Parts: sequence; C-alpha cells; structure tokens
Amino acid sequence: MTWFLGNLDVVLRLLREHLVFSLVPVALGLLLAIPLGWVANRTATLRTVMTNAAGLLYTIPSLAVFVFMPAILGTQILDPVNVVVALTIYTVALLVRTVSDALTAVSGNVVDAANAMGYTPLRRFVGVELPLAVPVIVAGLRVAAVSTISLVTVGAVIGFGGLGLMFTEGFNRSNDAQIVTGIVLVLLLALVVDSALLLAGKLLTPWERARRAVGRTT
Amino acid sequence: MTYFGWLLDGANWTGSTGIVARLAEHLGYTALTLLIAVVIAVPLGAWIGHTGRGGFLVVGLANGLRALPTLGLLVLLATLTGLSLVGPVLALIILAVPAVLAGTYAGIRNVDASIVDAATGMGMRGPEVLWKVELPNALPLIIGGLRSATLQVIATATIAAYVSLGGLGRFIIDGLGQRDFGMMIGGSILVALLAILADLLLGGLQKLIVSPGLQAGRPAAGSPGVRRLRAVPSRPAADRDAA
Repeated sequence: MTWFLGNLDVVLRLLREHLVFSLVPVALGLLLAIPLGWVANRTATLRTVMTNAAGLLYTIPSLAVFVFMPAILGTQILDPVNVVVALTIYTVALLVRTVSDALTAVSGNVVDAANAMGYTPLRRFVGVELPLAVPVIVAGLRVAAVSTISLVTVGAVIGFGGLGLMFTEGFNRSNDAQIVTGIVLVLLLALVVDSALLLAGKLLTPWERARRAVGRTT
Repeated sequence: MTYFGWLLDGANWTGSTGIVARLAEHLGYTALTLLIAVVIAVPLGAWIGHTGRGGFLVVGLANGLRALPTLGLLVLLATLTGLSLVGPVLALIILAVPAVLAGTYAGIRNVDASIVDAATGMGMRGPEVLWKVELPNALPLIIGGLRSATLQVIATATIAAYVSLGGLGRFIIDGLGQRDFGMMIGGSILVALLAILADLLLGGLQKLIVSPGLQAGRPAAGSPGVRRLRAVPSRPAADRDAA
C-alpha cells in the first residue's frame, strides 16, 4: 500500500496506457467480428473455414504473436501498433464464432416476420437480428475484454507499456509490493470493465428484463 | 525472406542452447506441469461433479483465472521462491489446474441424468457409476479442458523465459537482448508450431479414445464448460434466399 501511494502518478499513467492497449483492440475486434460473423453465417463451408481459422489464430501464444507483428506489418519492434493489432486479431478470433452462433440462434420466425414486413436485408440485420444477438455477443465480449486486459501485460516482457511494466520492474528490483499492486490493479480493471459490459448489455436489451420479470411471476 | 535465416541455420539447432535442447526443455516443463495438473484436477473435478458439492467454486475459479495476469503470477512466484525451477513450474500448475478442473466438472455434470439413472437401476454403485459411466461420457469435455490447459502452459512457459526458465521462450528473450530479430522470429515460429501441433495431437487423441457414440456431439475445441453445441440449426429456406 505504501508503494502504491508513493508511486501514484506512475501507476495512473500505466493504468491509462493499459486501458488504451486493451480497450482499443476489443472495440476494433468487435467492429470487425460483426461483419465477419455475418459472412461466416452465410454457408456451412464458410462457417467451418472461418471458425477453424479463428481457432488456429487463437492457438498461437501471445508472445509469439507480438513478435510476428513487426515482420508482418513492417513496423518497429516496439511500435505500440503491434500490440493493438495483435490483440485485435485475438479478439476477432474469439468473437467471430460468438457472433456467428448468436446470429444463428435468432429465431427463423422473427426473421420471416421482418421479411414479411418489408425489411431490406441490411435493415433487418441491423434492426432485428443484431439486437436479438446482443446478449450472446456481450457474453463473448466480456470474455474477450477480460482476457485482453490480462494479455496486455505479456507485452511488457519485450518492452511494451501498461501495467505489465509493474511486473517486469518489480521482478528486476525484487519488489513484491509492486508486483502484487500490479496484479490487483489488473484484476480490478478486468472486474470494472466486465461489470460495465454486463451493464451495457442489459441497457441495450430492455426486453430481456421484461422477459425475466415475466419468468419470475409465472 | 531474411526472417527464416536463423531458423534454417543448422548451427542453431544443436548444442546445449540449441533449438533441439530448448524444445526438449519446453516439452519437459509442459509435460511435467500437465501431469501434476491432471493428477490434482481430474479426481477433484470428478468428485465435485459426482457429488455436486462446490460446483460454483470451480466455475468461479475458471472465470477468475482468465483475468489473472500470467506474467504477474510468474514474476511474483519467481521473486518469492528465488531463481529456481520451483516458482515458474508452480505458476504453470496454478494456471493449468482450473481448465482441467472445469472441463472435468462440466463433463461429469453434463452426463445425461437418465444414463446415470439407468446405471443405478442396473445395480451399479457410486464408484462404479463414476468409473464406468460418468468418466467415459465426460471424456470429450475432460480432453477439451486438457487442450485449453496445454495451450495455456505452452504459452506461459514461453513467457517464463523472462524469469530465467529455459525452453523456446529463451530465443525471444535472448534475441531481444542481443538485438537479433531473426532469433526472436525463429523462436516465435517454433512456439506457434508447437502450440498448433499439440492442439492437433490432443484433438486426434480425443477422436481416438472417446467412445464413437459420443463423437457426433463433440464440444467445440478449446471451450470447456460450454454445453455441447449441436450442428447449425436449420433455418427456413426463405430466410436464406432473402439474405
């Protein structure tokens, strides 16, 4: 605690870095995964190919992915873009399957009803299918966000910023307090972001609340 | 590509710090960790799943672990135990146990109740039900948990090179120290290949030892605890045409 209070300014700076390194990839990943999940849902073959590709990408250890990025992107080894792109790839790999599953789970009757009402495919996707898929997508997004917040720390091993620096510095100075503070902050950050996403998911789907209330009274 | 130069140079493959030796170290840590994790987690998960006691703990543990920064755990244990193998290996075990535990627990819990009833009706006792009915039926999810744990351990063992463990991660850490990007890329390629091969191998093992009757409803790879997903439910033809 004394270490934490004595180094508050440094900690806050690392926390801010960490937030950028984790939230930007999660947001970008979600934006990319929604159209990709839609594409994956078109045919069974596309679905198999894309979920297998996603699974394969997710298999590759994070430290290796961080090292690959400069070679693939042509960036400098310590360019922050590397971390952002690498973690975006992880998020997409995790969410493509979720989005595809979530869209598949939307009832065919609802889709038929929207068609009968004259919805164009795009308007139906944005106005009907996507909102109904929100609960499942949010569940996947929470997993992706929490894993990403934890994964950002790995970048510190090869010199990237964020709370992971508290682990590498703490290790070099044998400073247990600094390491423990870092772990606690990462866990807290994950908890806050997870709760925020849970809340956002509830606010986006007011009809789910009505459904749950009905479930209780009957 | 110049990046492959290091990997293709035969001189980097031999010797006590060569690729072969580092690969053997990496496999050694992984095997040791997984063995200990399985010995701890499978009986515990089976007991919790069989009795139904403490299930919420397993689920909470598996979820909470996702947020735990592996690097933080590694450096903390390495600092506390000194520069020996004990700290990093302990960290690897702590990271491997929850996945296997959750897989075993979910596997046993997800066994169809009517199957367990039938076994009891045939006169099987508790341990017999567990060994002959519940565990074989739970195998797909147990191996699913083992696959997640294996990937986690291979990835974390790479990071553990930072706290002076051997293994393939050494090439990434040492490469960074020596400004040898070819070595870093080479090490990363090897780690990625190792992870992919290990996952394929366990997938093959799953096909080999899981009863054929269970194969159709195999769970999604690397997602223990998730209820078995059936094939894509058919949707009305009209919907597909419109899209």
